[in-house]
Amino acid sequence: MAKTLAQEFTKGLWEEIPPFRLVLGLCPVLAVTKSVENGLGMGIATTFVLVCSNFLVSMLRNVIPSKIRIACFIIIIATFVTVVELLMQAFAYPLYLQLGIFIPLIVVNCIVLGRAEAFASKNNPVFSVADGLGIGIGFTLSLSALGAVREVLGEGTFYGMQVFGPSFEPFTFMVEAPGAFVCLGLMLCLMNLAGSR
Amino acid sequence: MGDIFVLIISCIFINNIVLAQYLGNCPFLGTSKKMETAVGMAMAVIFVLTMAGIITWIINTYFLVGLGIEFLRTIAFILVIASLVQFVEMFLKKSIPALYAGLGIFLPLITTNCAVMGVCLINVQEEFSFVEALISSIAYAVGFGLALILFTGVRERVILGRVPKPLQDTSIGLVTAGVISLAFFAFKGMV
Repeated sequence: MAKTLAQEFTKGLWEEIPPFRLVLGLCPVLAVTKSVENGLGMGIATTFVLVCSNFLVSMLRNVIPSKIRIACFIIIIATFVTVVELLMQAFAYPLYLQLGIFIPLIVVNCIVLGRAEAFASKNNPVFSVADGLGIGIGFTLSLSALGAVREVLGEGTFYGMQVFGPSFEPFTFMVEAPGAFVCLGLMLCLMNLAGSR
Repeated sequence: MGDIFVLIISCIFINNIVLAQYLGNCPFLGTSKKMETAVGMAMAVIFVLTMAGIITWIINTYFLVGLGIEFLRTIAFILVIASLVQFVEMFLKKSIPALYAGLGIFLPLITTNCAVMGVCLINVQEEFSFVEALISSIAYAVGFGLALILFTGVRERVILGRVPKPLQDTSIGLVTAGVISLAFFAFKGMV
């Protein structure tokens, strides 16, 4: 274990920031980033699942037989996704309706399973929580950034507030499916450009 | 019959699972570099998705709703899908080892292919009847296969071109997917 606790946390914020460095979990990234609010909500929900499942997987890593580990990880993740789903229905119902099908789909988000398999099953609980928190916050940041770009260009608003004057013609392409792909592709290009310097 | 036809068209083209509903993007980008793997992946998804669609519908209608435990839906569905994928994996390993080697990591990843889970959830949310659920599962899977194979065809050509360095690989892949998605967007006015 060469890395310190802080390093495990911060690598999720830049070095391995999903979905740009780790190209995993693209579906929620494309689907929910129509606005900053949705992106932020989805990011927080995913972070919660990521931290809890990382913690539990890491606690149980010596108990789970390696042959059926994936099935066990998925059940652990599905449990926390159900928790998030019920919590959101209770406390954030409008957001729950907005995100819809993508909340139960956190269970099949490759990032969550990927971290459980690649990190939490090999490291102790404290490091795993740090890793989950870092990756989760990185994911939230990316989602919010993408949501901001698409919302500002596509709707002319930022977090529901008007950004441009009334003469602004919204660039609706950005909030539709094709815009999501192109926008993510171009952001990935910018990240590569920034990383190669 | 007319309704069924409309459902098929809308699942394959208008609400295409990858290009309009944003589901199943990881295998879409991951297996689209070679035509061979793309075709294999498309076949595997069509098979798994059809089976999963039917089984989850039955489980949901008779078991979860019957017992009043719908909140366990996520867990029940993912377990069905995971065991199905395991089954397909064992089958391919025994009978078509070449395809098994070609699909590599993406076969177990069908478990976490959100297209499969997503279609199962859509079937339940739209309150489809059994026949509708069956048809929508097949049609969505065909839509996935169609999008994947079209995309691979384009991507094989793009690799030959001179792409600027920061745009290479996934980045240009996403932009290409955006253009194909734009083409599918035109189907929106059909029904």
